[in-house]
This record gives sequence, structure tokens and C-alpha cells, in this order.
Amino acid sequence: MRDIDCGQITETVARLCQEANWDLGEDVVGALRKAHEEEPNERAKGIIHALLENAEIARNERIPACQDTGYLVAFVKLGQEAHVTGGSLTDAINEGVRQGYADGFLRKSVLNDPLERTNTGDNTPAVIHVEVVPGDQLEITVAPKGGGSENMSSVKMLTPAVGREGVIEYVVGEVSEAQGKPCPPVIVGVGIGGTFEKCAWLAKHALLRDVGQPSDDPDTAELERELLERINALDIGPMGMGGRTTALAVHVERHPCHIASLPAAVNIQCHSARHKSAVL
Amino acid sequence: MPEPIKLTTPLSDADVEALRAGDAVLLSGIIYTGRDAAHKRLIELLEAGEELPIDVRGQVIYYCGPTPAPPGRPLGSAGPTTSYRMDAYTPQLTALGLKGSIGKGPRSDEVKQALIEHKAVYLGAIGGAGALLARTVTSAEVVAYEDLGPEAIRRLEVVEFPAHVAYDCHGGDVYAR
Repeated sequence: MRDIDCGQITETVARLCQEANWDLGEDVVGALRKAHEEEPNERAKGIIHALLENAEIARNERIPACQDTGYLVAFVKLGQEAHVTGGSLTDAINEGVRQGYADGFLRKSVLNDPLERTNTGDNTPAVIHVEVVPGDQLEITVAPKGGGSENMSSVKMLTPAVGREGVIEYVVGEVSEAQGKPCPPVIVGVGIGGTFEKCAWLAKHALLRDVGQPSDDPDTAELERELLERINALDIGPMGMGGRTTALAVHVERHPCHIASLPAAVNIQCHSARHKSAVL
Repeated sequence: MPEPIKLTTPLSDADVEALRAGDAVLLSGIIYTGRDAAHKRLIELLEAGEELPIDVRGQVIYYCGPTPAPPGRPLGSAGPTTSYRMDAYTPQLTALGLKGSIGKGPRSDEVKQALIEHKAVYLGAIGGAGALLARTVTSAEVVAYEDLGPEAIRRLEVVEFPAHVAYDCHGGDVYAR
């Protein structure tokens, strides 16, 4: 067994929360640059240019690229030979969120209860997904998720009869219906298969991949290309004001499913596609 | 692209009538932030027959919950939130004389009709460009509902805040295809 101290986890989470919000990944910036070059619509081009300028200001001045600094989603891969010491893993992560959001002047966007609706004041609790894996390390990825794009997401239990084309229609339909609301250009996370909750998890997990990096599975990569083409023919464009750049990428994850089912999920991610990882 | 139209708050009927969906604008003057929770309170006050904490006549509400101000800045990052969530409240405020709102994304037909009826405008700002947009803010102070934190109503002074006319007062709609 290898010991990993809670204090180290807290410190790491606090740092990752801030870095994620100040520093859009090179993958996102690269995809925006490419879109800027290829976008024929002048207004759309102007908006993408402003987004690139925004990313640079945020990085240089260490202020959030977007004021919605998100609900913190943490994906943890915990090695089965690792031993978390000095407290609870959940508490350590939440304390990291508390410190990161306070010290980094990040917005506190989490309410105590969906109906009572009082702000918790420190952006906790985080949503934490833990996966136990071989090894003795702890890998943690933080993904602050904005509310505007999360609101445009859904899960649909399709019938197996609709097949591949039915999945495509559902995904394109969700993006089409969302129009400019989720801050396009978006990254579309798609889950296909599993159960109801697994499918939603797949759609979110797909967003952790570097923007535009195709799936390792050739058939899934082909599906991603087809979806991206269909979505970018919708003429929604940046902020919904027209243009080709509606999505920067579509990421699909698939999973075995029940004989009766064809679950599909769409998790829309705005262009502030933030995720940072560390291995302890 | 034509030069952006420069606007200064408070807005008049003539200011609004000159705007067309798709126009680029640069807005200067005082604007007020307000989003879900603040709107709910404003409408509850109206329904109780009480006075609002701000006089909305001629004014512009920005759907924005900024990040806290780091030392030496009036506020942190300050981009728009999605507007449709305020649709239930906007017609009533527009009837009282609110001349504009700033947010992102399409809205209801009721909002569109209210803008036509009362000569008001809906501006679309660039979502996710909070660091860039915050540069146009020269001062910020909370004027109501401090307990709401990021959702408090703030009075912002802005200089050449960039946006596009999303819905004009003639029925024009930049999102229509």
C-alpha cells in the first residue's frame, strides 16, 4: 500500500480548480483558432476572435475565462493499492473546492437544495465520481461545469429499432433545439449504451477527452465525424447568431447495453471546456 | 461589417427604434445586473404592490452573475447568462419602462411581443467572454439583494460594452433562420 495524504489532495484540487478556470486548454484554443480560420460568416468570425482574445486575457491576468466558474465535477481514479490517510477523500476534495474557489475569486454557484435554493457560499459540495483501478496512484480530474450548457443536456431511452440513424437524429435534434442558449461553439459529449445513469456518465466522461481528438474506435470516430458535419450544417453558429461553427467537436463513448435498450445521452459543453488533471 | 452603433443609457424610444436585429452596438453608461433569483424578487414586489429597489424606466438589465472582484478591480469576470430563464419576468418589467436587456440565446414570443409593444430591445452579448467583457466595466456596486451573492443586483458603469441586437422593437430576430 502507498499512503496519499488528504492535505495533498486538498491542495491539488484547489490548484486545479483555479487553473481550469483561468487557463483554457491548448486543445480548446487550438480548435477555436482553426474555427476562426475556416468560418466564412463575418459576425461569427468576429465572435470567435473575441473568444480567443478572452482566453488570452484570462490566462495572463488570472481571472476566470467565464463568470460561470461551474459546479465542480471531480473524476477520481483511485488505485486499489493506494491508501488515503488523514481523513475522508470526499471531505478532502470538498475542502480543495472551498479553498480554490475562495482564494481564486471564483464564483460560488452551488445551492444547498434545488427547491429551497440558498447558496452554500463556497461552491461545495462537488459531484465526485470515483473509479477503483489497478495501481497505487490517485488520479484526479476536475471539470467545472457551467449551468447554461448543462441545462441543454438530456438522456433518452431510444428503442433499438431506431438504430444508428435514430441516435444521430436525437443528438442533432438536441443541439438544434438548444440553439444559442448553451454558448456555441459547443463540444457535444454523447453516451450510447449502458443503463440510464451509465449513459449520462458516458456523455459527461466523453467531454474529458482533448477537444477534437477522435475516439480510438474507428467506427465511433466515423460516427463523431458524421455528427459533427450534421451539427455544423445547422447554421446555429457562435452564440446562435449564424455561422458554420456550431460545434468544435463531438465526442462519443459507447458501452454494452441491455437487449431491450438503446440509451443515448447528450451532454453539451460550452466553449469554456475546462478540465485539469493531476496524478498523486 | 458596418461600424458598431454607440448607445448610452438611459435609452429613449428613438434610440431603440433605430436599432435592427444583427446590428453591432457599443453600450456605455449605467446598467444593472440581475438574474434568476433577483428577478423573482422584483416580480414578487410588483405583485405585492410595492416599490422596486431600482427605477427601471429607460434602463437596461444585464443577465450576469459576475465572479468576485480580485484586489484592484471593480469586479471579476462578467459575461452574460442564458436569457430564456428570465422570460417569465421580462414582459412585466418592460411594461414598466425597462428599455433593454442583455443576455444570450433566443427567448419567448411573449418577450418579443413586449419589446414591440413597449419599444424595447434585447441585446445578445458573447457568452463565455467574461474576462474580455469585464474590461468595459469601470465601476460596480451592489444596490439590492446582497444576500444573493453573485445574483445580487449590481449597478455597473460600462464603457463601450460590445453586443449585437438580438431582438429589435420591429419584430426582427437575429436567431431566426
